Parts: sequence; C-alpha cells; structure tokens
Amino acid sequence: MTPGTIAIIVLILAAIGYVLGRRRALQAAKREGVKLHSLPGYYGESVALFTAVPALFLMAAWLFLQPIVIESSISAKIPDSVVPEGGAKSLVMVDVRRISDGLGLILAQGDVSESELVDMRADLTNVRSRLAEVGVALGSDVAPAVFEAAKSYREFDSIASSVRNVAVIVVALAFAFWAWSRITPKMRARNITETFIKALLMGSSLVAILTTVGIVASLLFESLQFFQLYPASEFYFSTVWNPQFRGGSDFGFLPLLWGTLYVSFVALLVAVPIGLMIAIYLAEYSGRALRSFAKPAIEVLAGIPTIVYGLFALITVGPFLRDWIAQPLGLGTSSASVMTAGLVMGIMLIPFISSLSDDIINAVPQAMRDGSYGLGATQSETIKQVILPAALPGIVGAFLLAASRAIGETMIVVMGAGAAARLDLNPFEAMTTVTVKIVSQLTGDTEFASPETLVAFALGLTLFVFTLGLNVLALYIVRKYREQYE
Amino acid sequence: MTEITADHSAGAGTTGRSLLNVGERTRKRNAAEKRFRMMGLAAVAIGIFALVGLMASILSNGLSSFNQTYIALDVYLDPAKLDKNGNRAPEDLQKITTFTIQPLIKTAVQDMLDKRGFAAEGVNPNEAAALISGEAPAELRRFILANPDQIGETISFDLLASGRIDGYFKGRVTMESAALDRNISPEQLVLADRLKEAGILDLRFNWAFFTAPDASDTRPEAAGLGVAILGSAYMMMIVLALSLPIGVAASIYLEEFAPQNRWTDLIEVNIANLAAVPSIVFGILGLALFINFVGLPQSAPIVGALVLTLMTLPTIIIATRAALKAVPPSIRDAALGIGASKMQAIFHHVLPLAAPGILTGAIIGLAQALGETAPLLLIGMVAFVREYPAAPPEGFFDPAAALPVQVYNWTQRGDPAFIERASGAIIVLLIFLLVMNAIAILLRRRFERRW
Repeated sequence: MTPGTIAIIVLILAAIGYVLGRRRALQAAKREGVKLHSLPGYYGESVALFTAVPALFLMAAWLFLQPIVIESSISAKIPDSVVPEGGAKSLVMVDVRRISDGLGLILAQGDVSESELVDMRADLTNVRSRLAEVGVALGSDVAPAVFEAAKSYREFDSIASSVRNVAVIVVALAFAFWAWSRITPKMRARNITETFIKALLMGSSLVAILTTVGIVASLLFESLQFFQLYPASEFYFSTVWNPQFRGGSDFGFLPLLWGTLYVSFVALLVAVPIGLMIAIYLAEYSGRALRSFAKPAIEVLAGIPTIVYGLFALITVGPFLRDWIAQPLGLGTSSASVMTAGLVMGIMLIPFISSLSDDIINAVPQAMRDGSYGLGATQSETIKQVILPAALPGIVGAFLLAASRAIGETMIVVMGAGAAARLDLNPFEAMTTVTVKIVSQLTGDTEFASPETLVAFALGLTLFVFTLGLNVLALYIVRKYREQYE
Repeated sequence: MTEITADHSAGAGTTGRSLLNVGERTRKRNAAEKRFRMMGLAAVAIGIFALVGLMASILSNGLSSFNQTYIALDVYLDPAKLDKNGNRAPEDLQKITTFTIQPLIKTAVQDMLDKRGFAAEGVNPNEAAALISGEAPAELRRFILANPDQIGETISFDLLASGRIDGYFKGRVTMESAALDRNISPEQLVLADRLKEAGILDLRFNWAFFTAPDASDTRPEAAGLGVAILGSAYMMMIVLALSLPIGVAASIYLEEFAPQNRWTDLIEVNIANLAAVPSIVFGILGLALFINFVGLPQSAPIVGALVLTLMTLPTIIIATRAALKAVPPSIRDAALGIGASKMQAIFHHVLPLAAPGILTGAIIGLAQALGETAPLLLIGMVAFVREYPAAPPEGFFDPAAALPVQVYNWTQRGDPAFIERASGAIIVLLIFLLVMNAIAILLRRRFERRW
C-alpha cells in the first residue's frame, strides 16, 4: 500500500473517531444526567485530532528517515573492492538503488516469482540485460556484491514499508482508543482541542525557521566538503575560473564576483535614477489620471517572471546592443554582455525601487513640505532639499534591497550575460556571475563527490551570506527610519 | 520683530522684483523646476516604454507559434510493407518502425505531386518528402497501432510540414536564407508555395502546441507544451495544498497568539529574510535536502513543488498577517464578550472576514511560484521529458517539465524556430499569470471591506 492510501485510511479513521467521540459524550451526559462541559462537537474533534495528527507525523518522519537508515546500513555492507578506483561509494549506492527498483519492475511483470528473485545470482544470470528489458539501463555489468546489496536493499525496503504501514495504523488506532475512552461529560474537551490546535499553529510558524536552518545546514555541510578538497584561500583569491570535468580544475572566485558586481552596478545605474524619479513624479507631481494609469503599469513589470526578462535580453536587447552599439564602435561581437544583462535587470528593478521609494516619500509628513513651500521654495527645491534628505535612509534601504536582488538574480544573467569568466572593464564583453556558475555546475548529471559540483555550494553559501547581509542591513535601516515619524 | 524689519530692509535692497517682473534668479529656478518635472515625466515614460517594448518583443516573436503549417496527404497504408504476415497481430505491428513508414510517405508525396501535375523542377523525391516533418512517420505509426484494421486503405492525414517550411510561411525563412541552408532549398520553397495555392498546404490554429510533448532538436514544428503545462499544474496543486494551510496557520499564531518575546522576533526576522533570499538558493536547498538527502526522484513535480512551497510561504504569511491585522479589534471583542473562546473568535469571525485578503495573497504567491525558473533548473526539471506524467498522486513522482523551464530549455537549442516556440510559451505563461492576477484583483474589489 502506498503512503497515500495509508494517509486516506488514517483520515477516514479520524472521521469515524469524530462521530464516535461525539456520540460517547452525548450518551454519557444523558446517562449521568449532567450537562457536557463543551459543545458535543469538541469531544469528537479531540478524538479526531488525536487519531490523525500523531499518526500522520509518524508517517512523515518515517518516510523521511527510512531511505537514510537503509542507505547507511546497506552502504556498510558493500565491500570496498567493488568501489571503482577514484570513484565514490555513493555512486555504487546509486546503482544499488536502480537495480533494486528494476527488480521491483521485473517482479511486477509477473514472469519471475519472489522466490526465484531471491535465488537469482548476478554471476549466473545476465542481470544487466534482464534489467534493460524493463527499462533500467546500467553502465556496466553487475558485480555479485552489488547485486546482493541491491537484493537486500529491496528486501529491507519492502519490510520497512510494511512495518511503517502497520505502525502508522496502530498508532492511529491506539491514540483514537485512548482519546475516545477518556471522554466523560466533565472532560474539558474544548480546552484540550484548542490547546492542540494552538500547538499545531505554533508548529507551522516553525517551518520558516526550519527552512532557514535547512538552507544554512545544506550550504555549510557541502561547502565544508568542498573546502576539504580545495583550499578556501585559493577559492576566494584566485583570478582563474576553469573547471575541468577530469579534475585539476581552477576555481577562482574573483572573476565571478567581478561579473556579478559589474552587472549589478549597471542594473542599479539604470534602475535607481529612473525608479526614484518615477516615484517622485507620481507622488508629488502627477495628476490623478496619470497616476492611476502609470502606477499599475509600472507594477506590472514587477509581476513578470524573470524568465521573460531573460528571453527579452536574449532575443531583443542583446542583438540590438550588438548590432547598433558594440559592433559599430568595435567594442565586441557578443550579444550576451554585461550591458545586456545589466540593462534588462535594471528594467526589472525599476518597479522595485519605485514602489519602495513611493511608500517612503509618502511617509514624509506634509508639514515638512508645507514648511518648505512657506519659505518660498519651489516644488523641485522642496523635493531635493527637504523630502529626499528626510527620506534618505529609506531610499538607501530600498537601494540595498535592490542590490541584493540584483546579485541574486539568475535567469536574466544566465540568458543575457554569457558564460565566460573574465576580469574586464568593457561592458560589451560577455562575463559571468556567481548565479550563472551555480546553475552550470549543478545542472545535468550531478555527482556529489567531485569538487566541480561541490563548488556550487560554496558559491551558494557566499551568495547567501552576501545577500543576507544586505537584507539585514536594509531592514535595519528601514525600520530605524520608520520609527522616527511614527 | 527685529527679524521682520531685517527681512524688510533686505527686500528693499533688491529693487524692481515683483510677481509680474520675473528676475534672473527666479527664471533660473523656474527653469530648474521645469527640467526636474520633465525628468520625472521622462522616467515614467521610460518605465512604460520598457513594458510596451517587452510585450511587443514577446508578442511579435511568439504569436506565430499559435499557427502551424499542415499538409494534407493521402497515404496508402501498404499491407505488403506494414504487415508481411497478413494477420494484423499486435505483436507484429509493434515491430513496425518509422523507417518502414517513411517510404510510404515518400510515395504518397510523389503520387500527390503527379496527380496534381506539379512536376517540380530541381526537387528530387527525397527533397519533396522532406517538406513533411520528421515527426510524421511517428504519427502514422501511432495511427496504425491504434487502428490495425485500416491497413490496406488509403487514409488522408493532415501532417505537420517541416520546420523550415513552416518558418517560410511565417517569414522566418526566406529564399535568400534557404539558398544558404543545408536543410532546405529555394526550389522546395517554390513547391511549397504551389501546394499552398492548391490548398494542400495551409496554416491553421496550433492546438498541438498546448497538448503535444516536447520534441527533439531537429523537429521544432512538433514541440508542444503538454508535459510542461501538466507539470506546472501538478506543482501548483501541491504548492496550494501545502503553503496555504501552513502559511495561514503560521500567520494566525504570529498575529493572534504569539507572545512578544525574542523567539517571536526571531521568527519574524526570519520570514522577512526568507522573502528576500535569492531563489537559486532555494534550488540548492531542494537539491541537497530533497534529492540528495531524502532521495526523492529528480525532475519530479513533488520536489519542485516542495521548493516552491518554501519560497511561497513568506509571501502568503505576509499577506495573511496584513489581512488579519485589517480586521478591527471590535470584532474580536464582540465575540469574546458574548462568551466565545479566543480560538472560536478567530476561527468563526476573524478568519472568514480576512479570507478575501488571504486568498488574494495566496493567488499572488502562486503566480510568483508559477513563473519561478532558477530553482527548478537545479532540481533537474530541464531534462528532456516526452512522456506525460501519470495521474496524481503517482504522477507527482514522475518526471515532468514546467512552463518557465520549458522556455529556458527551448532557448538553449540551435534551431531559431525554437525561439518562436519559447516566445509562444511565454505568452501562454503570461496569460495564466494575467488570469490569476485578474482573479486576485476581482476578489479584492468584490469582497474587500473597509472598516
């Protein structure tokens, strides 16, 4: 039975528990001639909650842990002799898993019985061709030890799954019975139910924390592995980025950092003045009609997925810049360039800057404007000399948030900036960024033991720390500023 | 008092200045004012121009993908070639390959040309057959397997024209470019023109674009969005089912129950930061946690959905908290006053009143998730997937594509026809987003209450 079926069974049990719990409470009250403490529904609810929640949690935890436990116990059984020279045990485990999946498929076809499968031996049967028939292609012939491991993997897995199913149902029934049998008219069913629900609500709010912990843990864990294979000082201070899939790669972070900062710089150069002027114009000058049209139109830009901007860079902006600016001026021949990615990313950031600045400008008290006008300043003088200085911390905050966005942006640079890691000043050359390299090192067949893959986690960690720092700083500045006027 | 007199004397010093007689300095200031204003207007214009340019670029490149060139062809399903044993046994028919079928199409094209009297100059039979897409034999094979009794009959098919022919009628391929192209010759284009005049070849609405799976690099004409739309739909189902309950529950706790302490502060700062973490970092999390650690399959909608759920949660939590905050305390007080518990007040009164705001936030969060690409690249959704995933829930674990990733995938291919497909896919994606946002706006307009 699949986990889905079990979950449905548990939910049905919970529904039955509700009905039975409610009935027991009503009957008990009638028999004893007392009033119930809570509404009858709460008695049912308390049974239903105790039936479903612990059982479903058990199942989720089991589903999460089962592959890990089996993996480690089977992996311990594989002798080192079958691990190929220079390879990793995790690769052998991939084969083990695939073979065991294939065995399941062979069994499902029905021409081989369970007992025949147990007797099947890799050195007697041609397992590889047998597996190929059911669609599991293997790179090489199967070593007997690996095949035995696969068989015990499958056996272990199926036993564990049945135990899991039984355990989940038993837990559901046990809790249901306990919750049902303790029902008396005096029981404070509402308080119990509400405490239970409150605990669930609190648990949900922990998901945010767990996500952060997950991000940090996965980045740190894999990065540490990378830094064991490749010295950190060389990573952060070398200027050569040249990954080779045969080993002996150079992973210099500096060209990527340079590309990232250059593209972000161009983007902010486009977005900050335009976005800020839009915010000023819409907040201070424009009439109702223009505002009610222009504000949503600009905000539409914010709702467009970045892949659309990426395609725009690839098919329109890139060729345009190359044919009309870069080639006539002899600056470059590539349509992917820092300028392409920067311009398009700038467009993407315009609504971000403008809507944040709009809020901040509107938050400047009217009294300050009135004071300035009263002294005879023109509107633009008021804006430049009173409103902007007053709004400056907020605008700096918006700027920092936009910078963090620009640094972390992926699709526009993947499609617009190119893949060549280079340290160059010419903005019409293709350069590459941290995010582009994370994508290129992690897409395709990934093997987790090699530094070529692990370097992406080190890049990710650096990116995360960088953007986190910018965000925290920006939020701190924005918060501090808001307190001044409230 | 002294200040006023001082001012007055200073004013008296600059003679001849009045509202009617504008001085040099005032003129400068007014000019600066005007310039500043113009700069503002220009910025707004640039912003709107960027939006229009973006849309125009996508539409002009992509709209043509909704039309497709088809060629009507009567194919004789020759039993001597298809079914040598003559018994129509399914096992035997399974062994028919597209190589067996290709000659049938070639013959059919020749017959058609002879019958119409198009003795095309400079086009040999192979080149004439190349007007038809390489996908056609596979299509015929599917037809034969589904209808073995039709073998021996002459059936008329509407077959896809090859990508270059299709491009010719859409203006992507010209006589000049064809002269340089190894895959097509100007003579073939002339022949295609004649076929069009005769009504054998025509452009019509491309339903297959929405239903067909992806196709190989050499057959852009057959590539469709079927698997991608299905994959995206599966992911959105899971994202909605997970992120809405968890997000609402977390918001209720934080907004209504959480005590003001460090722990709550930590959670709040956390959520604000998660909303700003680059999306690719979530992709790394998905790869390391869900695929590498838990062992879920690559390219599966379930993994993509889990990653997108984590990304959508902050959006939903922020929107829900705002909606809960907007419900006035008097509602809670009234409920508590007539004896409801806090939980009852929230679930029976506050939550229903906040529901439109929550739903709006959820839809906007979903729309963001639908367009997200980068994290899905890392969890293997760029893979070339031709099989439709099974029905849920098993289908959640089958390999699938996703709309934005399909766009990226197509831009990485050599044939320029894929750029048209990618732009077309973007249009589909934008239509979905437009509908979702329109629903969100309608919900807000219809149900939002001002207190």
